[in-house]
Amino acid sequence: MIKLPEPVEDVVVNLLRLANTKLPEDIGWAMEAASGWETNEIAYTQLGAIMDNVKKAEHIGLPMCQDTGIPVFYVRGSFDSSIGKDIAKAVERATKEIPLRPNTVDPITRVNCGSNLGPGMPIIHYIPTDDDFTEITVLPKGAGSENMTRLYMLNPADGIEGVKKAVINSVLDAGGRPCPPSIVGIGIGGTSDVCISMAKEALLVPLDEENPDPVLRQLEEDIFIALNSSGLGPMGLGGSTTSLGVRIKKCACHTASLPVAVNIGCWATRRASARITSEGVEYAQGVKF
Amino acid sequence: MLTTPLKEDEVRSLKIGETVYISGPVITGRDEMHMRALEYIRDGKDVPEDIKGTVLFHCGPIMVQSEDGAWKVIAAGPTTSARMNKLEPEFVRKFGIRAIIGKGGMSKDTLEAMKEVGCVYLAATGGAAISLAESLSKCTGQDWLDLGMAEALWRFDTSRFGPLVVAMDADGNSLYDKVNSELVRP
Repeated sequence: MIKLPEPVEDVVVNLLRLANTKLPEDIGWAMEAASGWETNEIAYTQLGAIMDNVKKAEHIGLPMCQDTGIPVFYVRGSFDSSIGKDIAKAVERATKEIPLRPNTVDPITRVNCGSNLGPGMPIIHYIPTDDDFTEITVLPKGAGSENMTRLYMLNPADGIEGVKKAVINSVLDAGGRPCPPSIVGIGIGGTSDVCISMAKEALLVPLDEENPDPVLRQLEEDIFIALNSSGLGPMGLGGSTTSLGVRIKKCACHTASLPVAVNIGCWATRRASARITSEGVEYAQGVKF
Repeated sequence: MLTTPLKEDEVRSLKIGETVYISGPVITGRDEMHMRALEYIRDGKDVPEDIKGTVLFHCGPIMVQSEDGAWKVIAAGPTTSARMNKLEPEFVRKFGIRAIIGKGGMSKDTLEAMKEVGCVYLAATGGAAISLAESLSKCTGQDWLDLGMAEALWRFDTSRFGPLVVAMDADGNSLYDKVNSELVRP
């Protein structure tokens, strides 16, 4: 276990603030590029309102969207089991300090505990490696986009065309609900649970990073073009800006399966990570793993 | 520019595709607020008077309370309206709602109720929570805070709130249906 230069709790509060108040640069660039070619007047106005809002939120240091979501954490590298408690404390503190909207409720009684905690919270994925750093990543996921998550257990015979069709139709069926222009995270393969996890993790990959797999790269491009030729547009009000990027992760699967999962990220796909070494803490808004 | 409370004839004159701004009082309501208001009406209990004929904003804002007890809005964008599809037709009819502000659009049944009552659906930009909060000039009260910050009924005075796109009008037209019918699918 490495010696940390500052309390994990403080780092995680900083992370939540960074993620919620500053849109990752790659998404901002994609949005600006899109507004340059958008010809639908309503769509153009929507993109302008979004970019204006992003600038204001960053400037005044407040959450860009009122749905500050459920923060999903990924802890990678070297760490010990106490890190979960530090993250929980940070979530409770950040809820008051930033502030974040208290979103978590009991699924049956619907009672809100007010702290964004509760049974099973915060959600943390642990990825132990031999590296000499601790990397904490947060993906605050709002419900508008999360509610549109889909899993398809396709047949192998459906092939790559079946994958494309399932993904494109899931995004178009979601319409304006997940706040397009969206980032489309896709998982292909694995078991059903792994496939769903990959689709969400795909949202962490920056839009300007090339997929190292040429087949997946082509698939990302095909889906991106199809979505932006569909006419759905920002907020589902029409236009040529339906998606800002498509990211795919894959994993081996059973010879009888072809699992495909779609996790839509709203335009405000918020992410931030902190790499902690004995030297200090380095913050970023796009991670590779 | 529209000033609330809205009159039926001005609501009926709005057409899909138009952009408007709103000034004056609005109230927020999401799933839980709809359910409670309808339940109270069924049980003959009192519901806040100002729900009648209101502009209903589908929104769960981030609010902070200062030491003197006053509430201030931090961020307030629209929430996904489709979640209220099951509740909205009855809600619109019972309370004579004049406008709904939300995102993503609503069901045919809701559109039908809106046509009957004289109500429009105004699409706000999803996620534009800081810009929209700026034009919620004052929080004038709240009810049912026990439902949680996001689900409570909040009252705001608005000043040039928008841009809002008329996405479903009182003639039964929906911009979402139009976009959907023209979608290029695989």
